[in-house]
Amino acid sequence: MSERIAIVGEGQTYFKSRRPEVSELEMVNEAVMAALENAQLTIKEVDAVVVGNMELFEGDYQVDMWLAGGSGAYLKSGFKVQTGGSTGSSVCCTVFDLAATGEFKTILGIGFEKQDEGSSQASLRSIHEDVFFDVGSSGKSAATAVQSVAMDMMRRKSVTEEQVALVRVKQAENAMRNPYAHLRRKLTVEEVMNSPKLAWPLRVFHMCPTSVGACAIIVAPESQVKKISNNPAWVADWTNIHGAIQPFYGSITPSTISTPLGPMWAWSVEQAANRIYKRNGITNPRKELDVVEVYDMATWAEIEWWERIHLCERNDAHKLVEERATWLDGDIPVNPSGGVTSTNAIGASAMQRIAEVAIQIRGEGGERQVPNVNVGLAVTAGGDMYSAGVLIKKSL
Amino acid sequence: MNRKVAIVAVAQTKYQASNTSQSNSELLWEVTKKILEQTGLKFENQVDSGFCIDKIIHCSEDFWQGRTISDLTLHPEMGGYAMDVIKVAADGTQAVYHAAMSILSGHHDVILITAQRKESETIKSSIENNAFDPIFLRPLGFNFLTAAALQATRYMNAYGLTEEHFARVAVKNRKNAINDPYARRQKAITISDVMHSKMLAYPIKQLDSKPVADGACAIVIASEDAAKKLTDKPVWITGLGSCYDAHYLGDRELSRSEALSLAARRAYDMAGIKNPRKEIDLAEISDEYSYQELLWTEGLGLCDEGKGGELIKSGITEMGGKLPVNTSGGLLSGLPSGVAGMAQTAEAFLQLQGKAGARQVDGAKTALVQGTTGPCGQSHCVIILNQRKGEIL
Repeated sequence: MSERIAIVGEGQTYFKSRRPEVSELEMVNEAVMAALENAQLTIKEVDAVVVGNMELFEGDYQVDMWLAGGSGAYLKSGFKVQTGGSTGSSVCCTVFDLAATGEFKTILGIGFEKQDEGSSQASLRSIHEDVFFDVGSSGKSAATAVQSVAMDMMRRKSVTEEQVALVRVKQAENAMRNPYAHLRRKLTVEEVMNSPKLAWPLRVFHMCPTSVGACAIIVAPESQVKKISNNPAWVADWTNIHGAIQPFYGSITPSTISTPLGPMWAWSVEQAANRIYKRNGITNPRKELDVVEVYDMATWAEIEWWERIHLCERNDAHKLVEERATWLDGDIPVNPSGGVTSTNAIGASAMQRIAEVAIQIRGEGGERQVPNVNVGLAVTAGGDMYSAGVLIKKSL
Repeated sequence: MNRKVAIVAVAQTKYQASNTSQSNSELLWEVTKKILEQTGLKFENQVDSGFCIDKIIHCSEDFWQGRTISDLTLHPEMGGYAMDVIKVAADGTQAVYHAAMSILSGHHDVILITAQRKESETIKSSIENNAFDPIFLRPLGFNFLTAAALQATRYMNAYGLTEEHFARVAVKNRKNAINDPYARRQKAITISDVMHSKMLAYPIKQLDSKPVADGACAIVIASEDAAKKLTDKPVWITGLGSCYDAHYLGDRELSRSEALSLAARRAYDMAGIKNPRKEIDLAEISDEYSYQELLWTEGLGLCDEGKGGELIKSGITEMGGKLPVNTSGGLLSGLPSGVAGMAQTAEAFLQLQGKAGARQVDGAKTALVQGTTGPCGQSHCVIILNQRKGEIL
């Protein structure tokens, strides 16, 4: 790598179901201003802006064009990237690449979604369908994809439904400590277990909400970091792994389960973590990591990811629940932010995982701060079987 | 920059008005297969050591495929499995930019970039309307053509250019396309043909405008060490620049492009180019509408402001002139938008490798590629390619 890089600022909006009082541009601007304030910079000191969202969700083609007035991209370098649910982490990985060249002073990355202005589910229906063979035949959705993961976990006796509810309650507790989170309501195990079924064993309260909001990060190369911040979050390594899918020819997944989407996601998450561990000499993640943020589109997914990123052995997720290891005061806190089950503005979600690890490293977590965080990992998962793995450290 | 980055291979499909025999996937497989055959490269998941394709950057946009996450089902055809992958949603030049930066970051060694589009399967103007802000501009019914018509009119009024100047661009590029086997339109036209073609939005007529096209392009971009292993003639990427302009047309002086001048300056500075008019041997410039080639040539500093009309009349930008522009025939001869910037980069690569056949520019050493995204060139990307830079340094 040419230059070492660090996150020197992060900002986000308050996440809600609806924001009728702001346009996408105004909403993105809120996150950008928050990130600039956090980094103690002005937009003049930013050289490049990379934006990401799901373009069909709001129905804006090349939305970075309109946003140029609010993102700060006017007269700056930049472009748009998009990779489904992992869009935010793809923006981050792009920004990290640009920063590591040393060609820029600081770079701004923005992920956002304003789902109250379109029909996300209508556009999501277009995902799985091959236009020749698969149109209208599948009924596949994010819920049934998670269902396949969940049923597999039940079969493997990895967790019980009650334990899953406990983990959901943990997420709610964390979200209540995070002022930016969308769903900030105390939940009980009974409430979760009695919530309506989406696709058994997946229930409504296991599933992520439909949120509106934006997130932004500012990244700088080492030569600039010293001038900007005495408390940077160093980005030690990053990868944006992809597990291809062939939804109509049959899956090429190495997993034994036939439903392509579930296992493929899990597989790319595992690959992303494995890569990061291997390249950075991490052999015992539970011990060596201080905080983890995963892309828990549903509570079942969060628990599956614990196993996939080797916080515990396969089929042993229940032990982490029993030990409350992933709780805020446990030995390996997962999703202190409240995670995606509490907040899911698609284009922002994956960036929030990375931003939250940076927040924790920089000690800005407020009520949700995990004590003594030196090393953190963010792992994401998104539509096209993309999974980013980002390792962030207090010092390199 | 500490590292160097080069293009080592390119592949294109024949661009067609309506390719009904190949799907998006099949178009991508055609160019990916050509790349693998040319370079002997394998993907990261296939080898344990040595140089291999370790990242794929795909370039497409959801709107054109009517599918959210447009690359979703396309990765099997370009090998995106168990390796780093990303999708750029902009013109192909931005994918080249992204790939080159990823190599310079030291994080990757060999990157495959791909782009495909089947414009024949949808309606361009209705997609483009969605690129305008939804509150003020979109309800007016704007698309890139009507916005371009305003820009062309402003350009004509500001500097006294005429419709005939623009027609000359179309005539030149269509003539060049005859020698480009990939070009969609390979038939010469006259100024009179352009002037008498159907008026689309004054002053832009049918033959002043990019035709609908289907096709795909792929490029391999590599670090210095990898490039020298993969080819005898790497073409070095020495300069990169990109820049956004303001969105609202009323906020911009449409007869000039401040953003392009900045993007160009960034690329020239990086490449150490002090006098672009002297140092650049050929240019591939985005000519979605004929006037744009002239306006962008001015923005790039390759000709004085307002002198685009004189430039095209002088013959400098024709084959055999001092600065041939769009030897490929450009967008006017039929490149799909989005793929366009990548295809024009491929053309510059072929020219610098001396493999451009009947349209070869003799002794070409340095080339410039420019691509645009958004209405009236709201975002620009400039790439400088050099055939010898690696050896000199």
